[in-house]
Formats: sequence, C-alpha cells, structure tokens
Amino acid sequence: MDVLLLSRLQFALTIMFHYLFPPLTIGLGVVLVYLEGMYLWTKDPLYESAAKFWTKIFGLNFALGVVTGIVMEFEFGTNWAVYSRYVGDVFGSALAAEGIFAFFLESGFLSLLLFGWDRVGPKMHFFATCMVSLGSIFSSIWITVANSWQQTPAGHEIREHMINGQPFLRAEIVDFWALVFNPSTMHRLVHVWLGAFLLGAFFVMSISAWYVLRGRHLEFARRSFTGALILATICSLAQLVSGDLQAKSVAEHQPAKLAAMEGLFETTESAPLYLWGWPDEEAGEVKYGVAIPGMLSLLIHHDTAAEVPGLNDLDEQFGTPPVWLTFQSYHAMIGIGMVMIAATLLASYWRWRGTLFEKRAVMWFFVLAVGLAVAGNELGWVAAEVGRQPWVVYPTIVDGQAVGGLRTSDALSESVSSGQVLGSIIAFGLVYLLLFALWVMLLHQKISHGPEPVAPADRPEKAGLLAAAASMAAHEGSLTEESRGASSGG
Amino acid sequence: MDLNSLWFVLLGVLLAGYAVLDGFDLGAAIMSRVARTDQERRIVINAIGPLWDGNEVWLVTFGGALFAAFPEAYATIFSGFYAAFMAVLFALIFRAVAIEFRSKLASPWWRRVWDFNFFASSLLASFVYGVSVGAAMDGVPLNERGVYMGTTLDQISPYAVLVGAMTVAMFAMHGAIFLYLKTEGELQQRLHGWMWRTFGSFLALYLAVTIATLVYIPRTTQTFIDHPWAWTLVVLNVLAIANIPRAIHLSRPGYAFVSSSATIMALVALFGIALFPNLVSSLPQPENSLTVYNAASSPYTLKIMTIIAALGMPFVIAYTAVVYWTFRGKVKLGPHSY
Ligand code: HDD
Ligand code: HEM
Ligand code: HEM
Repeated sequence: MDVLLLSRLQFALTIMFHYLFPPLTIGLGVVLVYLEGMYLWTKDPLYESAAKFWTKIFGLNFALGVVTGIVMEFEFGTNWAVYSRYVGDVFGSALAAEGIFAFFLESGFLSLLLFGWDRVGPKMHFFATCMVSLGSIFSSIWITVANSWQQTPAGHEIREHMINGQPFLRAEIVDFWALVFNPSTMHRLVHVWLGAFLLGAFFVMSISAWYVLRGRHLEFARRSFTGALILATICSLAQLVSGDLQAKSVAEHQPAKLAAMEGLFETTESAPLYLWGWPDEEAGEVKYGVAIPGMLSLLIHHDTAAEVPGLNDLDEQFGTPPVWLTFQSYHAMIGIGMVMIAATLLASYWRWRGTLFEKRAVMWFFVLAVGLAVAGNELGWVAAEVGRQPWVVYPTIVDGQAVGGLRTSDALSESVSSGQVLGSIIAFGLVYLLLFALWVMLLHQKISHGPEPVAPADRPEKAGLLAAAASMAAHEGSLTEESRGASSGG
Repeated sequence: MDLNSLWFVLLGVLLAGYAVLDGFDLGAAIMSRVARTDQERRIVINAIGPLWDGNEVWLVTFGGALFAAFPEAYATIFSGFYAAFMAVLFALIFRAVAIEFRSKLASPWWRRVWDFNFFASSLLASFVYGVSVGAAMDGVPLNERGVYMGTTLDQISPYAVLVGAMTVAMFAMHGAIFLYLKTEGELQQRLHGWMWRTFGSFLALYLAVTIATLVYIPRTTQTFIDHPWAWTLVVLNVLAIANIPRAIHLSRPGYAFVSSSATIMALVALFGIALFPNLVSSLPQPENSLTVYNAASSPYTLKIMTIIAALGMPFVIAYTAVVYWTFRGKVKLGPHSY
C-alpha cells in the first residue's frame, strides 16, 4: 500500500479517536461549572455530590484526551512533513498559542480540580473548575482556527523561501487577525461548541436515564437529566441554524465540497435537496434518492430557481472529493440533528407535564442516544475533511479563480516509508482498541458505583482516612438514596 | 539578539523546563521499583499525581513552538526520527494509562501489570530522548533541501546510546531526590541509598559522555574557542553536579533537588550551544544544515509569536507556581488520590 493512503488512514484513525474525548471534556466542563456554582449558591449537598461524581468522569476522559492529543501534534511533523513546511509559518503559531494559552491553563487547574478538594477552599475550587472549562474551550479555539484556515485560507501570501539556495513556496502570514478570523472560523467554532455541548448534555442524560431505569440515585438523576435536557434542547435547535450558516459558507468558499455533500454531479438550476440517497460516482447520479426540488437553491441563494454549480464544472479547478462518503456522512449528521431536535422537544414537553421519568422506552432511548451525539460530531468532521479532498489546504477563490492550495498527495513526509506507517497504524489500532476497552470498563465501573454521599465540611487532612471513611458511611443513604421511596411522580 | 536567536533560546527554555519537570516524574517512575508494597507504590504515583500532566504540556508547547518558529526543522526532525517519535508516543500513552488506571481495580495482577508499564514506559521514554539528543549532537545526513536522508538505524550510534544511558541515570537520580522529598519512613530510607547509587551511575556516565563528545565530535570544542563565555556553563554544570552529593550528605534534599535541576538545565544549555546556530546539523555535508535562519518562519510570524509568548508565559509560570505550592509537602493518600 502506498504511503499516501496509509498516512491518510492513520490521520483519520488517530484524529477520530482523539475527537471522542475533547467534545465530552468541553461539554462536561460546562456541566461542572454549573453544578459547583449551584452548590456554592444554594449549599445543597446534592450539587456537591453531583459535581464530585462528574469530576471523576471528567478526569478519566481528560487523560485520554491528552495522550491522544500529543499524538496529533506530533503527527503533522512525522507524517505530513511537506505540509508542515508549507503551512508552518501560518499554522504553527495557532498551535503554539494553543499550548501557551489553553493547555497550560487546563492542565494546571485540572490538578486542583481533581486533587484539590481537600487542599483549597470551595471558592478556589470553583475558580479552578471555571479555569479548566475555559481552558478546554480555548483549546478548541486555536485548533479550530488552524483547521478553518486550511479550509478557507486568508491573511497569508504564498512566498518563496530559500534553503541553501533551493527555493520553495510556502504560506506566510501577512495579516494575523485576517488569518484568525478567516471566513469559516466563527461559523465552525460555534458549530463545534454546540456539538460539544450536545455531547456533554446527552452523556449526562444517558447516565441519568440509566439511574432512573434502575431506580437508583433518583433525586440526583432527575436533577441532572432536567438540567442537561434544557441545554440539549437549546443547543440542538441552535445547531440547525449554525449548520445552515456553515453550509452557505461552504457553498461560497468550497463549492466542490458542497456539491459532494449534496450529491450534485451536474450544474443545475433549481437544485434539489436530497433527504437521503445513494450517490453512484461512476454513473454520476444519486440513486434511490428522495429529494425536495429547488430546496438546495433556496437554502443557498434564497431563490428556488437559482443555479448551483455541480462537480462536472468544478472538477477542473477544484478536483472532485470522494462523493459517496462526503454525502453519506453529511446526511447522517443532519439526520442525527433532526432526531435530536425531535427527541429533546418531545422530552421537554413530557418533563413539563411531569410524566417523562415514567416512560421507560423514552428513558432507554436517552440511555443510547449519547451514541448519536458522538456519531454526529465524528460524521460532521468526516464530511468536512473528506469533502476538502483532494486538497489539504484548500485554494482561495479570487475573482472566480482558484488560487494557491496544497494537494494532499503533495503534503507527505519525504523520508517516511510505507513500512513505517503500516507499523505505526497497526500499533495505534491495537493500543487505541485497548484504551477504548479500558475507558469503557472504568466508565462502567464509575457509573455502577454512582455518586458518593458527601461528608460535611471536615478536612480529611486532619481527620485522617478512617475518620473520613466513617463519616461517609454514616451518611450512606441519607442524601442520594433518600428519595428512593418517592420515585413515582417526577 | 535577533528574533531567530531569541526563539532558539526560548525553545531551549521550553526544553529545559520539560527536562527538569517531566524529568523528575519520569525519574520517579523509574525509581518506582524501589517501592515494595502496594501502599508504597501508590505513594510514588501520587507524589507525581497532580503534576505529571502539567509537566507534559511543556513538551506539547515545545513541539508547537518548534513548528511555529522553525517549521523546516520541525518537519525534518519529526519525519526523520519517525520511529523514535512513535516510540515516545506509545511510551507516553502507556505511562498516562498506567497512572490513571492502576489504582482503579483492586486486583493484584492488574496493578502489577500497570506498575510494570509505568516503570518500563518511563524508562523507554527517557532513553529515547537521550538517544535522540545524542543523534542530534552527532549530526544526521541531510540533502541540500534539508530533508533527512538516513534510516532509523543511523540514529542509534554507540555515542547516542551512551547519551541515552546517561539521560536515564540523570532522570533516575532527579526522580529519586524528588521522591525522597515527598516520602517518609522506611520508603524514604530506602530512597536515601538509591540517591547515592543513581548519583554514582550518573557521574560515571556523565564523564564517559564528556570524553566521548570531546573525542568524537570535535565541532563542540570549536564552540568553546569561538564563545569563551560558554565555559561559565561548564563550570556551573560541574558545580551543580558536585553540590548534589554535598547536599545529600548534609541532609539537605531540597538543595540536592535544586542542584539536580540546575544540572539538567546546564546540560540542555550546553547542548544548545553545541548546536547553535544549527537546529539540525548535517553530516557529512555540513553546508546542508538547517539553521535558525534558513529553517525559520518569516520575521512577521516570529514577531507575533514573541508577543504570544510574552503574553502567555507569565500566566504559565503563575499557574505552575500555584499548583506546586498547593501540592507541596509529603504525600498523603486520600479519597481523591490515584
Ligand atoms: C452533534 C453534533 C452535530 C450535529 C447535530 C450537527 N452537526 Fe454539523 N458538524 C458537526 C457536528 C454536528 C461537527 C463535527 O462539529 C462539524 C465538523 C466540522 C465542523 O465545523 O463541525 C460539522 C460540520 C458541518 C458542516 C460542514 C462544514 C465545513 O465543511 O466546513 C455543515 C455544512 C454542517 N455541519 C451542517 C449541519 C446541519 C445543517 C445540521 C442540522 C441539524 C448539523 N450540521 C447538525
Ligand atoms: C489535528 C488536530 C489536533 C491536535 C494537533 C490536537 C492536539 C491536542 C493536544 C496536544 C492535547 C493535549 C493537551 C494537554 O496536554 O493538555 C489535546 C487535548 C485537547 N484537544 Fe486536541 N488536538 C486536535 C484536534 C482537536 C479538536 C478538533 C478539538 C476541538 C474542537 C480539540 C480540543 C481539545 C481539547 C478540549 C483538549 C483537552 C483535553 C481533552 O479534552 O481531553 N482538539 N489536543
Ligand atoms: C477532530 C475532528 C476531526 C476529524 C474527525 C477529522 C477527520 C479527518 C479525516 C477523516 C481525514 C482523512 C481525510 C481523507 O484523507 O480523505 C482527515 C485528514 C486530515 N485532517 Fe482532519 N479531522 C479533524 C480535525 C482536524 C483538525 C483540527 C485539523 C488541523 C488543524 C485537521 C487536519 C487534517 C490533516 C492535515 C489531514 C491529512 C490530510 C488529508 O487527508 O486531508 N483535521 N481528517
């Protein structure tokens, strides 16, 4: 197999695995800030117990985010050396800013968050939680800026750089803020954040629904579920609006990607919007599809009759991305978005009526729906990244002409052999499988264990382990378990 | 000093920060075999528990800053040392997983497996760092475009392996002193002996590396002729090393730790001086080397990066100080420990 294919596979594998964790970190971070804030405000120990419970899961998740993230950072250099030479001037500063502004903030305060319960006061602890959450949001900013620049480059110039008398072209920054606020940054950031909040909310709802079904920790579960449901309802509606804005931006700056996402092989007036279908790349048509006529033209140009360029006309300038994968991942994401909107609206209605927690089928749906949130995040990225092919840095459109850009096939490391990449893919595959299994196992263990009842404000430093354990045992059944009897109603 | 040289120095600072900080937690892991009971092993892990993750961020930031300031060097080093970087990545993954997961189940074989992983992955990472530094000192074959032309095997010269061994001994010593500071009782007594043993091995390997460097890499002697002030670093390094046994002998482990930190910093600085102005020294064609000039980003980018660093670094130092202050003192196991 060739190095190009292997390196692409390796990148896809490692980034998709990394991206299991960051959105959950970002989403849970917000949940933690809310719970600890509520605890400080109301002094209700249930909030403290809930905060401690979700913090443990947060910590587990974070550790995996970190190790898989270091892999990503190294991989630009190890597998995509020419890309690194080409974009380093532009891209590196975003990555370095991420390290300096975000990762230090996050990992520094994380230790206070995880291990500082007994060492700092509650206000300082709350501050640390806020900083960790802020740090995780910051990390998503810089990496998303870097990615958005490679989708819709701006603020740079292609210049010749000399090494030992050998000239080569590379992108150099000419306007830092134009680079940061390139045409897709803001749309993408909002969409990525909403995706992360959705994942956080669905994750909390999943575990809470499971407790409801089991009749355990009911008070905790209901409160967590309700809070998360509100967040999920707002975000899933907002995600639709944000996604629509992104699609318009894709149509303007990456027309071939849009054509692939929508399966538009021929330039068409009054272009249809497929609800589903099966793009056949050989035949150049979408089979078994159901489409709303004129809808795509309407969404993009606010005019059902407008012309939308198809791949046949775009291929010469932009090349053609893999249509089937782009189309299917994009449509699956939208389908998931629609299911989320319907489910959260209905559940909110039932919650308002007070019958939600009695509906076992609905609870089961929410136990599993966290999978939809994960899939939505991953599929959206697959659509965005596969749809960008054959470019790794997309060309800029200047007066209707495609200028610049770097092809994926030109971006590889010169000195890496296919044997080396094959070896590392196999190793990553095995190690990541192991990590995933461990993660699921420990998550399961933590969930079966459930939230701890909280000992009153004694400091285990002074009290010692035994005393702390004794006071915890004394509180068993008094806080989270107390409402077991009063389970009906909601 | 121009911005190119400034960024060379700043990268050196990040690398030294990483080597000192992650150095003690890698070293503590190497010394974890000294712990005999489960309780003692937990104490070792929790001594670095709240710190290791933040320490690794120095490496992440070093990588990001190298990418941004000297993309050519980043690309050449990372792709040229593919196997070494993959080894480091897997070692770091296993290490983190071992720390995170070993105390989560009570089963003895589960803990034994992860304890071994904790030790072995830290040993591997330290060794590979040292070998890579050794290979970089040695010089690597580059073509006129600055692309690595050798194979993985070229990086494993006897000299590089010697530097790798010295790095392991140095981190083990640094980690032993750190653990001595954080522990009490019988474990601390045992660590006392190990501080001497690791110091002895470090000293022997340090002398061997110094002689080998002077004999095999004459380029380095030239540096001291060109920049006589570089001798002060050598003197500093020797004083710091000499102060370690003195401080241990006087039962001042805090001083010993400061001295071993200074030793590591001085060695990173000497490594930097030996390289400068090269980032990647080419051999056998020195004219193909990647330098702080031909491998750099544009002056405008370096300026932006300097602003980013000036804004960010004070915060970084502040958080690091807060965290180390909060977790000062002897390790106590509690409900939130690993
Ligand atoms: C739970 C997650 C989730 C959900 C429900 C949705 N998305 Fe999404 N989408 C993402 C998560 C996501 C993402 C993973 O975050 C992506 C990948 C790249 C990006 O910017 O966001 C993405 C990308 C992405 C793109 C491609 C951007 C590009 O290539 O530059 C478009 C056009 C949309 N989305 C549109 C939508 C629409 C119309 C939705 C209807 C509800 C929708 N998304 C739901
Ligand atoms: C190829 C691109 C990526 C690279 C190079 C990368 C790099 C990294 C690195 C090095 C870490 C560890 C940080 C630490 O030590 O604390 C990390 C964690 C993280 N990354 Fe990524 N990352 C990438 C993609 C993304 C994306 C797309 C997002 C979000 C939109 C993201 C968000 C985060 C967050 C929030 C963390 C914190 C740790 C966690 O969430 O578990 N990353 N990443
Ligand atoms: C976290 C979410 C992300 C996911 C799930 C994702 C997914 C993918 C996938 C599936 C590919 C392979 C595409 C192909 O070869 O056909 C790819 C390639 C790539 N992506 Fe992403 N990506 C993500 C974020 C990022 C970010 C944040 C960056 C950079 C800042 C990035 C940079 C790249 C690069 C350099 C390649 C390799 C070249 C290529 O194949 O185009 N990706 N990504």
